[in-house]
Formats: sequence, structure tokens, C-alpha cells
Amino acid sequence: MRLYLSEGSPQGLKVLAAAGASGARVRLERVPPDGHVVPFLTHPRVPALHLDSGTFLFSPNAICQYFFLLAGKEHTDLTSQWLEWEATELQPAVSTALYGHVVQGKKGGEVLGAIRKTLAYIDQSLTSKTTPYLTGEAESVADIVLWATLFPVLQDEFCLPDELQALRSWFRIMNLLEPCRNAVESVLTPKGAEQFKAYLQKQPVSCLHSEKPATNEPEEEELAQRSLSEEEIAAAADAWAKGAAALPERWQPQSPILPVEGRRNVLITSALPYVNNVPHLGNIIGCVLSADVFARYCRLRNWNTLYVCGTDEYGTATETKALEEGLTPQQICDKYNTVHTQIYQWFNISFDYFGRTTTPHQTTIAQEIFHRLLERDVLLTDTVEQLRCERCERFLADRFVEGICPFCNYEEARGDQCDKCGKLINAVELKKPQCKVCKGSPVVKTSQHLFLDLPQLEGRLEQWLEQSWATGDWTANARFITRSWLRDGLKPRCITRDLKWGTPVPLEGFRDKVFYVWFDAPIGYLSITANYTAQWERWWKNPQQVELYNFMAKDNVPFHSVVFPCTLLGAEDNYTLVNHLIATEYLNYEDGKFSKSRGIGVFGDMAQDTGIPADIWRFYLLFLRPEGQDSAFSWHDLLLKNNSELLNNLGNFVNRAGMFVCKFFDGRVPPMELGTDDKRLLAHVTLELRQFNQLLEKVRIRDALRCILSVSRYGNQYIQVNEPWKRIKGPAADRTRAGTVTGVAVNIACLISIMLQPFMPDVSATIQRQLCVPQACNILTDTFLCLLPPGHQIGTVSPLFQKLELDEIEALRQRFGGGQTHAAHPSPGARMSPMPGAGSGLARDPQRAKELAEAVTQQGNHVRQLKTSKAEKGQIDAAVATLLELKKQLALAEGKAAEVPAPKGKKKK
Amino acid sequence: FEASANPAPGEVAGLPILPRSSCLTLSADSESSPSPSPGGGAASPVLQINNGPSLTGLATIATHLVKQAKKEQLLGKTAEEKAVVQQWLEYRVTQIALPCTKEDTRVILKDLNLYLEDKVYLARNNFTLADILMYYGLHHIIIDLTVQEKEKYLNVSRWFNHIQHYPGIRQHLSSIIFMKNRLFTNA
Repeated sequence: MRLYLSEGSPQGLKVLAAAGASGARVRLERVPPDGHVVPFLTHPRVPALHLDSGTFLFSPNAICQYFFLLAGKEHTDLTSQWLEWEATELQPAVSTALYGHVVQGKKGGEVLGAIRKTLAYIDQSLTSKTTPYLTGEAESVADIVLWATLFPVLQDEFCLPDELQALRSWFRIMNLLEPCRNAVESVLTPKGAEQFKAYLQKQPVSCLHSEKPATNEPEEEELAQRSLSEEEIAAAADAWAKGAAALPERWQPQSPILPVEGRRNVLITSALPYVNNVPHLGNIIGCVLSADVFARYCRLRNWNTLYVCGTDEYGTATETKALEEGLTPQQICDKYNTVHTQIYQWFNISFDYFGRTTTPHQTTIAQEIFHRLLERDVLLTDTVEQLRCERCERFLADRFVEGICPFCNYEEARGDQCDKCGKLINAVELKKPQCKVCKGSPVVKTSQHLFLDLPQLEGRLEQWLEQSWATGDWTANARFITRSWLRDGLKPRCITRDLKWGTPVPLEGFRDKVFYVWFDAPIGYLSITANYTAQWERWWKNPQQVELYNFMAKDNVPFHSVVFPCTLLGAEDNYTLVNHLIATEYLNYEDGKFSKSRGIGVFGDMAQDTGIPADIWRFYLLFLRPEGQDSAFSWHDLLLKNNSELLNNLGNFVNRAGMFVCKFFDGRVPPMELGTDDKRLLAHVTLELRQFNQLLEKVRIRDALRCILSVSRYGNQYIQVNEPWKRIKGPAADRTRAGTVTGVAVNIACLISIMLQPFMPDVSATIQRQLCVPQACNILTDTFLCLLPPGHQIGTVSPLFQKLELDEIEALRQRFGGGQTHAAHPSPGARMSPMPGAGSGLARDPQRAKELAEAVTQQGNHVRQLKTSKAEKGQIDAAVATLLELKKQLALAEGKAAEVPAPKGKKKK
Repeated sequence: FEASANPAPGEVAGLPILPRSSCLTLSADSESSPSPSPGGGAASPVLQINNGPSLTGLATIATHLVKQAKKEQLLGKTAEEKAVVQQWLEYRVTQIALPCTKEDTRVILKDLNLYLEDKVYLARNNFTLADILMYYGLHHIIIDLTVQEKEKYLNVSRWFNHIQHYPGIRQHLSSIIFMKNRLFTNA
């Protein structure tokens, strides 16, 4: 098919970008703007697409949609809505703006004014959806079309006002997409919007709509023309020439790290992982890894940084787990604390201190906060009815009671819900309740509990939130969840529990109780810091000097944004409250959720068994960090990203740059004579670097990672265009040129090694070792410096990444059960305890579940034996049916829906 | 469903795919309608789906309803046909929705006439949503044409007459009379 385009037609951009994004193969035909292409139309319309069937498509949006249809991407309600809106609202407004700017010479503010409402509408849609793209997680035809329409007026996101945050970042991401960049390069000339002049002048004014700009708003923003100005290019070249001398001295904090007057003091916490479980990849990216990237970045920026975390160890779930494994709670905590520590070490998490909540400091600090709350009268007392087992001498949590359902008389109803009729039950309403531990009959006892009076603190909370939101970076989901909590009104929250495993309540009448984990756990941040340094209060009672970042997954938001701040505000001791709350969405595994009990998904301790290096895991997890929307881990995508982005793009570039130095220049960086093209490249790289800094300052980790890949893409193009391997064999001038290109390239590789450090610390170190980058260079500023000057000797260069093969990945996928079900094969996950025990109310019947799990294993072995001995089909089928029945019971005992994973191709008869 | 604010309510209600008594109700009360798009509020129809997101825009809503009614063939069968349907839907909302000058109208009819010269429907041989919405969009233009003009735009007339007699299409719109025999030989 042929695509007819004309020079300077703004619509050409969208069809080219759409063709690129969808992979459509078209032949380009350039025609003059008034060229007649479509035979049946009176007025010339370009772009137009001439299909092989003879059909003409003359509407740009239809052409774009057609390209996407060819790629198998059907339009949805959402995409058609955006396209229709673009055609009827945005396009006319932008045409008017462009016409006003280019033909009538209107100034930037006026131009933006004409499209302000449409811009605000896009921004609002992006904000309310919190997806990176208009219609979801991946770019669609709608993104391409809207971007292409806006590009001629905006060029880049910098001219957008600050309040259009979401639009800015979307536009920036779109600008970086390869098809978009290629379209821009192919359609546009460096004249900027001017190039549309000839085209626009030919358009009748009557077809342009006018929209009245909002009247009483100041119109100051200038529409900056950000296609690299001469000044920028010159500035980039000047900065480069200064070299390592321009680097600030690296900040070496003292040990222990404490806030320093006059410096930026950053305190970073990651949500405390609950101790009785092995963390899965979703847990790791959700908090510890995200916080680690940011902490490493802060150190690179010379900010005085402390990153603390630890295991959250108290509570019912630990007691349950202890019972189940026949250990004491403390032994359980010790065991799993070690497991966690090892996993994070393997993932290269750079905690300044990784502690735990079961320490004397925890008791002291929690009790002190409690006393202050008590003195300030923000605690209430109330009576709660609960079942108590006199023989075990304890109040029974819901999961420890069983009885007859008051609604349907089912005999084995659980303490919170009946498995038969599904109704929710209040444990005290069970008929003939039974303690699941000793089988004794518990009695209803009233128990006094303490409540934090949140309604009383609500006013102070809102006042603080207003200020924190105005000055800090809270992710959209964190704001949203907090707002919805406040909207529903706060109620007093119980802070005590009838348990033994916890921080004791230091008050007469409550001596046999402990603090509820949600009250206790966030205090862990303080106590863990106290275990790190006796001067912990300089971090935690110092809001004037300290900036606090909390990292977590979204389910933890209310405790960090409402409950814990209320605790600290109520205690009135000048505590450091969170300034930036960074919450991720969820990471799914292939098509479903991570499931420990079903052995589905990759868990922290298994990642190392895959043979894939920790840095590759880090890269891939960060590449799909659920920023703004849930994302999904996929083995095939991991292979793709490793082989394309790391191996072919980044690894390839760094390796070539180094190899050229070794092979052609004896391992010494050659002298460089920068020409215009080289300086332009420096300016482009500088822009990417600034973008990278801006994004990371806002903790947009995933987007920042893409900047690094862009830099290396620039590098690859640069080498490709200049072909130093050919020039080195040419005459003297060519050899000099080869030297310049090699020198610039190896310096870009050096910059990449620094930018990459927060994301892939091992790879970064490897590059720096190969290129002999001095340690003093590990600082990030806004300028791209020549850190490897002519004459600098580099070391031995070798490839950074290994290709992942399909069969290898397929084997791993099978092993970890992605999208597959494991009925007859015990996966590595089956070695794990069958109890999920995450404290989320899943563990319903530990004893029975344990017995059943054993039975399942035995039966599984039996089935396998039958199969290997080639037993009769009927016999195998019967054994499989028994196995499935056992699994069903096991699922029930574990409190899950009785969905039974059936073996592939062997459905139960 | 609740749909509101439509300049030409028949265009949505008249879709043959839904009986008129269906769950779709229309009101012309633009005050009560959300105005999700700037500058578009009064002009664009909005479909409020029960408990779901609302949809804005004539073509978008019509496409949605066609899918709801499981009449996907009205959106085109092949990728090419789909693109052609989308193109005419876009043409409908961008070219015909605006107040047209006499000259605009002339160009629309002339182009369409030329386009339809060798086609039964807008998407060649298949009746699609494009025909339905274009029919509704052009009705107010065609109704004002003289007998001579109708003969001048013969292919448009043939197509229009065909569509208005398609079962369930015309709804409340008046039937337009076309002469069977030609009166002006050199049209």
C-alpha cells in the first residue's frame, strides 16, 4: 500500500507514527500539499492511503486505525472515544492555535490559551485513570493520534504548565517512543512549527474554529521551542570540556549516618516485610527494591541518606506459624529474619540497616508513645466480646475457633465465616464453639480494649496532610486511598489485642494484652533506627532537617497516611512525619497472582536458583515496576527485555565503545575534536540526563530507567552513523574522526555506568572496572562531563550480558507454574509449607491442612509411580481422581475457594 | 442505561439494532448531563452506562451499541472494511456535523456522488453503521434538494433511497420521495 504525504502537513506525523508503532509496511510517496491524490474528493486531502485493493482512505484517524487493525489491535470504546474527541475537539483547537502561532505570529501564552481546556481535559483523564497511557498500560492508537496532534504546538513537555503533571509525563514518554521519534525525524525539519506555515496558509480560515481563551487567567507561560537551541548545544559542549575537575567532591557520611545541618538529609523506609513468609517478586519490587533504587540515587546525588528496614515480627500470624512448625514464635522470627536477610542480600539491597521489630527498643519506644497518647487523652476504652479458651488460657482469634453455624447448622463453621452457607459469622454467635488447638469449649468473655481516638485527631491530620501534599511527592494512589478514608469518616481504632506475642501494654488492667500489630509495626521504623544508632531521635524527631520517604505497596497506604501519622501527631513530640509517600500497585505473575501454596510464581529464595543474575532480576522488575497501574511478570517478556534492551541495546553499545578503544587505540582514550554533530549529541545526552534526574527526584523509577536506555540508543546510532571501524582504516582526517567518535562513545558508556548504578549495581561496577572509571566519578549532576579524558587507560572489555534462550525460559516458566497448573508434579513451591499463613485470614485449619498436604504428596508419588510403571489407564485415572479430591479438601482446609487445578489434558471424568 | 443531550436523538435511538422500547432512554436536558469534554458539552451525546463509565461522542456511542447488540458485522468484516466504516463515521462527525454553507453542502454531495458511483453502500457491498449515521446526517440536506439536484447527485439519491427503505432504519424521519424516471436528461 502507498502512503501519500506532503511536506509540512501536521497530520502526516500521526500516520507515520502509527505505521511505525503497528509495524505496517507502507511505501511513502511525497506529494505537494495541494496534490490531488484521492480521485473522488474535490479538496485535496493528504495524508491518504491507497490500498492494494484500490480503496482510498483519506481520513488520518481511519488510516491510523487501519494500521493497528492490521497488527491485530481492534479498537475499543475507549480508543474510539479518544479518536472521535481528537477529530471533533482537539484537532480544530490545535489547528486554530497553530494557525495563530505560525501565520498570525501570536505568542506562546496566547497559543497555549487556545488549547488550554483540551490540554486540561487530557491531563484530567490521565490523572483519574492513573495509567501511563490514555487507554491503559500500553500505548494504543489513541496515544499516537493525540500525541501527533499536540506535537506541532508543544514539541516537548517543558512548555506545559506544572499543574498538568500527568500530561507532561505522558507527552514525554510518547516523545521518547521510537515510532514517534522516527516520525518526527522523517516529517519535520529543524524549522519547528514554522514548517507548517506554507501548509496552513493554504487552509481557509473559515475551517478553523476559534475557542475563546479563559479570560481572567494570567497568560505568562512562554511556548518554548525546545528543538535544541544553539545556546544549549554550546552549553553542553562547554560543560563537557570541563571534565572531572567540575565534579563536586563525593559526600562520605560518617558512621553512623546522622542528619547534617545544611545538607539535604533523606530518610528512606521500606514497608517492613512480615516475617512469617518468604517474599515474592511483587513484595520485592513493591517496597525494598524501589526504595533501594531511590536510596542509591540519593547517595549518587550527594544527599545525606539513611535507608532502614527490617522484619515485622509480632502478631497472630507468627503465633500460628509457630504452632504449625512446632517452634516458639521467637524461633520462627529468627528463622525467617535470616531468610529475608539472605534474599535481600542476594538482590543487592543497600540497607544502611536491616533490623527487626522484636527488640527492647521497640518495647521502650512503643510504650513511650503509648504513655504520651494516654496522657494527652486521645485513647478510649471499650468492651469487646470474645471467645476465651480457659484450658489454653487465651482469647481465641477467629481462626482458632470452630463451631456450628448459627444460620445453616453446618458443623464445621469457622470463626468468621461458614464454608457451607458462606455467611459471615461473629465468632461469639457460633453454636458449640470449639478451640481448634485443644478441642476444648471456649466461653464468651468480655474483654476491655484500648482505642485510638481518630475522630479527635482528624482535624490535625487534615491540616498536616494538606501541607504534606502541597510540598511532597505522594503517588496518585496514595492520595486517592487517603482521601477515601477521610471521606468515609474516621472511627476509633482498637490498638490492643488478647495475644502473647507482641509488645506488652504497660497499663494496669491491660497487662495480659499486647499492642495490635498495625499500631506496633510502624513504630518499628523508629526502633530499628534506634538499634542502628543511639542518636535515632536526630532522624525521627527532626522534621525541620529531615525529609522522610516511605515506600510501600498500596495496601499499606492507610496505615502510613492516616493511622501512624495520627499516632505521632497525638503523641506530640515533634516527630518526623512522612513527606513523600510512594506506593506501588500490584505485580501479578503471568496471568494470575503469586501463590505460595500452589507453588505459582517466583519467590525471593528461588530467584537465585534460576541462574539468572540478580541484576537482571532487578532490571526487569524495575522495568515493569507497577507505577500507576498493576503490571504482570512474564517469563517471555523477561527474555525479550533481556535480549533486546540489555543485550542488543545497552550491552552492545558499552561493549563496542570499549572494544574500539582497546582495538584501535591500544586501550587509551583517543584525542577528540568535537564537530557540530558531536556537540548536538552531547546536548541530546544532557537532555536525557536532566530528564532522568527530574524523574528520579519525583521517584518515577520506571520512567527514569527508560532514559538510560535512550542514552545508549543515542550512542548506538552515533556509532552506527559514524562507522569508526571503517574510518580507522582511512586517511588521517578519517582516523582523527574515528578517534573523536570512539572517545565520545566511551564517555557516554561511562555516564551510563553511573546512571545505571541505582538500578543494576553489579553491572555498573563491571563497566566501571572494565573502563577503569575512578570512584570519584560516581556522582550525578545535571551535566555530562568528559570523565575519561584522552590518554585515560581502560582495562579489559568483555560482554556484560548473556542471551536468554527460549527453551531455558520455557523450562523456568514450567517450573514456576506460570499460567500452568501443577496437579501431579510437586513444584519447588510444594517443598514449601502448604500454609499461606500470610495473616490475611487464609489459614483456616492448620492441623488438617498439614495432614492433607502430606496425603496429597503421598498420593502424588503414588500417581507418578503408576505412570512410570505404565499401569493400566483405569487405575491411573482412579488414583488421579483421589488426588484431586484430596487437593480439594486441602484447599478447603486452607480456607481457599475449592478451585482445583486439574492436570493438563486429564480432566476429572 | 441513561443517555442524554443529543442534538439528533434519533440517530442513537433509531439504530435498528435496538428496539425503541429498549432500556435506552433519551432526554434533551443538557443541564443534567455531565460535560466531560471541553467545548463539546452541548454538542456531543453522552451515554451513561449503568454503574459504568460514560461514553461521549456520536460515533463512539453508536459503535458501542452495535457491539452490545452483537451486530459486529455493521462495523465491517475485514480490516479494510472496518477502516472504511471508521472513515465515514469520522466524516460524519467532522464534516456534516458543522453548520454547512451552501458551498460546503455542494462539495459534500459532489464528492459523495463520485464516491458512490461504483458502490452500493459506503463500504462497497455491505450495509454498515456508516450508512446508518450518514443517512441520519444527510437527511436534513437531502430533504431540501430540488428534483433537479436529486437527479444531479444520482448516486447519492439511489443510495439514500435504498437506505431509508432498509427495515428499521428510518424511524421517525420523514420518507423522502425520489422520482423513478429522469426528468433532466443532461444532469
